[in-house]
Amino acid sequence: METILVLTHVDETGSALTKASLEAVSAGVELAKQHTAKLTIGVLGAASAEAATVAASAVAATGARLLAISGEGFAQPRYATDAAGCEALCRAAQASIVLAPGSSRFVRVAAGVAHRLGGFLDTHITSLSSNDGVDATRWFYRQRVEATISREARPWFLLLDAGTHAAFEGESGAAQVEAVAVTLPAARTTVEGLRSPMRDAQTIRPNARLLFVAGAGWTKKQPDGQIHVAEAGELILAFLRLSGASLGSSKSLADQKAEGPGEEQSVLPFLTHMNQIGQTGATPRHAKGLSTCCHGEEPHVVGWRFIGERRAISLDPNCGWTRGKADVVYVADAFQVMAKVNSLLEARSS
Amino acid sequence: MAQELQIVVCAGIVPDPLQTLEPVTGPNGPGLKNEIVLPAVLDPWAACALYEAAQLVAKNPGSKLWLVSLGPKAKLQQVMMTVGQKAAFELVPVDGPIGGFPDAHSTAAALAEAIAALPGLDRERLLLFGGWESATRGAGVTLQLVGERLGISDQFQGVDQITLRDDGSFEVLERVEGGRHQVSVCAGTPAVLGWATGNLAEPRNNPQTGMANMRGIMPALQKAKAVTLAANGLRYVSVNLPKQQRETRIEKNMTADEIARELVEWIGAE
Ligand SMILES: Cc1cc2nc3c(=O)[nH]c(=O)nc-3n(C[C@H](O)[C@H](O)[C@H](O)COP(=O)(O)OP(=O)(O)OC[C@H]3O[C@@H](n4cnc5c(N)ncnc54)[C@H](O)[C@@H]3O)c2cc1C
Repeated sequence: METILVLTHVDETGSALTKASLEAVSAGVELAKQHTAKLTIGVLGAASAEAATVAASAVAATGARLLAISGEGFAQPRYATDAAGCEALCRAAQASIVLAPGSSRFVRVAAGVAHRLGGFLDTHITSLSSNDGVDATRWFYRQRVEATISREARPWFLLLDAGTHAAFEGESGAAQVEAVAVTLPAARTTVEGLRSPMRDAQTIRPNARLLFVAGAGWTKKQPDGQIHVAEAGELILAFLRLSGASLGSSKSLADQKAEGPGEEQSVLPFLTHMNQIGQTGATPRHAKGLSTCCHGEEPHVVGWRFIGERRAISLDPNCGWTRGKADVVYVADAFQVMAKVNSLLEARSS
Repeated sequence: MAQELQIVVCAGIVPDPLQTLEPVTGPNGPGLKNEIVLPAVLDPWAACALYEAAQLVAKNPGSKLWLVSLGPKAKLQQVMMTVGQKAAFELVPVDGPIGGFPDAHSTAAALAEAIAALPGLDRERLLLFGGWESATRGAGVTLQLVGERLGISDQFQGVDQITLRDDGSFEVLERVEGGRHQVSVCAGTPAVLGWATGNLAEPRNNPQTGMANMRGIMPALQKAKAVTLAANGLRYVSVNLPKQQRETRIEKNMTADEIARELVEWIGAE
């Protein structure tokens, strides 16, 4: 008989669970129902017991046992403290299966925690199913091979990819939270905060419906024999502003550096490797994706695995997108098309 | 001020991403068709870690760099012909299976054992580098487990930058959600850094570095320890290549106006 623990953590407000945590809670509730298993939810990261209770109230309706580790030392994501906190929550819950969101915070520590518990960890889980045991699905080779796995060894830790389960919604209620005691380990690391590489515009928007990908074509010589990088930058930023889309990039574009004094800067100053989609970049989840000036080579397209509808604008009628990788390919000049798209969106918004 | 660093980079080998992959199931579980003959490269994110390490070592005289790599000996030798020309290192090969399907916990145990046995390694000064995820299993688990096994509790993942300070402390930038970096300062070694892309371009091949490396690489490969990796109860229920082909509509004769109108309608309201 399984016992299930869902590890969650608070967001930047310090007193609410992250969306990805609530998704893991949904998965836990479902799994517990299928196995008539006891469900515990552990909350990490609040600076005080009061804040942890406020955060836990969002999942009180699950009826699960609620545990929390809180305190100033646990308020910041850091390996030494988070690993100690998660370890203590796991020991208190005595679970055979531990689910957690695959957030940067838990990705940093989950393997270490599993090891301390004598357990095993699998990450990037996209779905769970139940039979006699539990099966989990994940991708190998950068989203090219899909496998369903199972483990007999317990405890089994599973990190769930964000966006694979609906976030738990229930009446928030008074939560009875048990505080779990843990000695704060000596922390040799101080978290100084968050830094955005973009001073002006935040271009990565995980919750946007649309992913807009810019490829290296934006910076290449155009049919008039000239390059138009400044215009490309303006068109792209205007589109992001008008559409609310998230910006992705091909590797070739992200690798390009501006010439001249600002040598270390990207050719499009609002773009970094964090925008890169593909084999050595991100694999985001969005309902739709629009690729522009990108050839659609396989190492790029593997990053589109979880993009629903796909369209592309390319001058090349034989680009990779035309070979079954997009739903629609417009063989056209993206400069012209995006200028028109922007003016239509502008007209719509005014 | 220069510091004498001891950096161990863990990096596996992976099929060249331009290759077609086809899963097959053999007597030892799943694998890739012809995996052993597919052209291989150093795992890309781990390669970023290697280049960052090589630059730190070059800037800090007296420092030392080891490259620990688990894979079939013959395949390691092929990949090292190129990698050996890009950075100066001492290779520590571990002769074992290739691919993403063996269990990460077993891989980590073998790597940790190889690192713990390195002659001349001062574990208090260790910077353990690798990629934050491999291009095979893509789990982001192995390096963390190696660190845990070596008792290192300052760990960073998705690292794009390390800046050493004169007092031995260092600042680390780690990727977090929403395209931002978490900035942390660690008091000093030992630490684990799982690298994302970092800031360096792939170094050009340097035949001289290659020749110097090869003098150590060949004997190291000859005496590489062979390991088998336990499955730890990991069972593959199915392994599939999903159908990826879409019915593509290719529009060659639409005007920019027509395309724009269709796109705006498709994008809908955000
Ligand atoms: C180990 C490894 C890892 C890799 N990882 C990644 C990765 O993570 N992500 C990634 O993207 N790539 C990756 N690549 C590189 C990948 O193979 C391609 O080289 C890259 O994606 C090409 O980028 P691109 O399509 O933007 O540029 P190009 O190949 O230069 O294509 C530009 C396209 O723009 C079109 N174009 C030009 N002007 C216009 C215009 N005005 N309007 C419309 N179209 C126009 C051209 O016709 C062309 O099709 C990797 C490669 C390797 C070897």
